[in-house]
Amino acid sequence: MSHEPRLLEVRKNVLKQNDVIARGLRDRFRLQGTYVISLVSSPGSGKTTFLEKTLTLLRPHYRVAALVGDLATENDALRLARSGVPVRQITTGTLCHLEAAMVEHSLNDWNLGELDLLFIENVGNLVCPASYDLGEDLRLVLLSVTEGEDKPLKYPTIFNSADVAVITKTDLAAAVEFDDLTANANIQAVRPGMCVFKVSAKTGEGMDAFLQFLAQKHARSSQKTSV
Amino acid sequence: MHELSIAMSIVDMAQEEAERRNVRVEAVHLELGALSGVVKEALLFSFEIACDGTPLQGSRLVVKDVPIEVYCPVCNMPKILASMQWFCCPDCGAQTSEVIHGKELVITALELKQ
Ligand SMILES: Nc1nc2c(ncn2[C@@H]2O[C@H](COP(=O)(O)OP(=O)(O)OP(=O)(O)O)[C@@H](O)[C@H]2O)c(=O)[nH]1
Ligand SMILES: [Mg+2]
Ligand SMILES: [Zn+2]
Repeated sequence: MSHEPRLLEVRKNVLKQNDVIARGLRDRFRLQGTYVISLVSSPGSGKTTFLEKTLTLLRPHYRVAALVGDLATENDALRLARSGVPVRQITTGTLCHLEAAMVEHSLNDWNLGELDLLFIENVGNLVCPASYDLGEDLRLVLLSVTEGEDKPLKYPTIFNSADVAVITKTDLAAAVEFDDLTANANIQAVRPGMCVFKVSAKTGEGMDAFLQFLAQKHARSSQKTSV
Repeated sequence: MHELSIAMSIVDMAQEEAERRNVRVEAVHLELGALSGVVKEALLFSFEIACDGTPLQGSRLVVKDVPIEVYCPVCNMPKILASMQWFCCPDCGAQTSEVIHGKELVITALELKQ
């Protein structure tokens, strides 16, 4: 008797459950005209600081809200709430990333129809969040000038999964001899054509260009919805 | 590290399929893309832990690596990337970010106990 292994062919996407929920969220966001932006970066790259600034500047013109994932604390949610917009915390416990089901659960009793823009701050981590679609329209990957120009080459998967790169803490660029051209080349190497913004949430430098870009994105998406 | 939760999903899905078809699993075959965000070594290690105390205890995870395949707009055909740090056509050098393969995280087959 031969011992050829008996193979039973199946084809199952391991992340199917997350993908299905994410697709549901995306449909729901589109229907309600909410443009959704997520933020990923390594721990401490400045997601919360940048987001607080963004929310504060957008609030007079748009109906905005934010969700923030954190392993254990509510610190980031409290900081974001200072902007005056509605903020919800998702405590992930031991999980090092957000999943679509957590976003869905957190939105359960929120009336999204009243929102123009929703921001989702992921847990600080350049590895795990790459695999999980959250139903967002736009994924921002942040890179602070203090963490080195080669982050994109070390974490190509997350940079490739993102739509836009934001270089943060530019007020510190000179002190750490940040090399702009190299950083840009590295970003383009792993994600050709990616749009890059340079900002300092501390001084406000570069925020205008980013906000204009967001306004355009939002306008274009709501056009699509109303057609 | 999210490999443990991924390994647990793999075990759950394989077991569900095995029960439905009334078979016993010797090994789970998986396609793993270089852009899946999952580290193979960590996944193999996690799989053993995830199998513990389930009917799949002692089974193997057989991983087939899937390289990154992009569409080159100049050559007008799919190409395999030489490096994931360099999203360029390996032949003509054109930049491309249109990924065709490499994000797979797919159970492709169950190897059955004889
Ligand atoms: N100089 C300067 N410091 C900044 C800037 N943005 C953030 N920081 C500082 O960087 C540190 C981390 O900022 P956070 O906004 O908490 O970073 P984060 O990415 O939200 O961190 P996690 O959520 O823990 O991953 C804080 O001490 C901030 O004050 C900036 O534009 N300039
Ligand atoms: Mg934060
Ligand atoms: Zn080519």
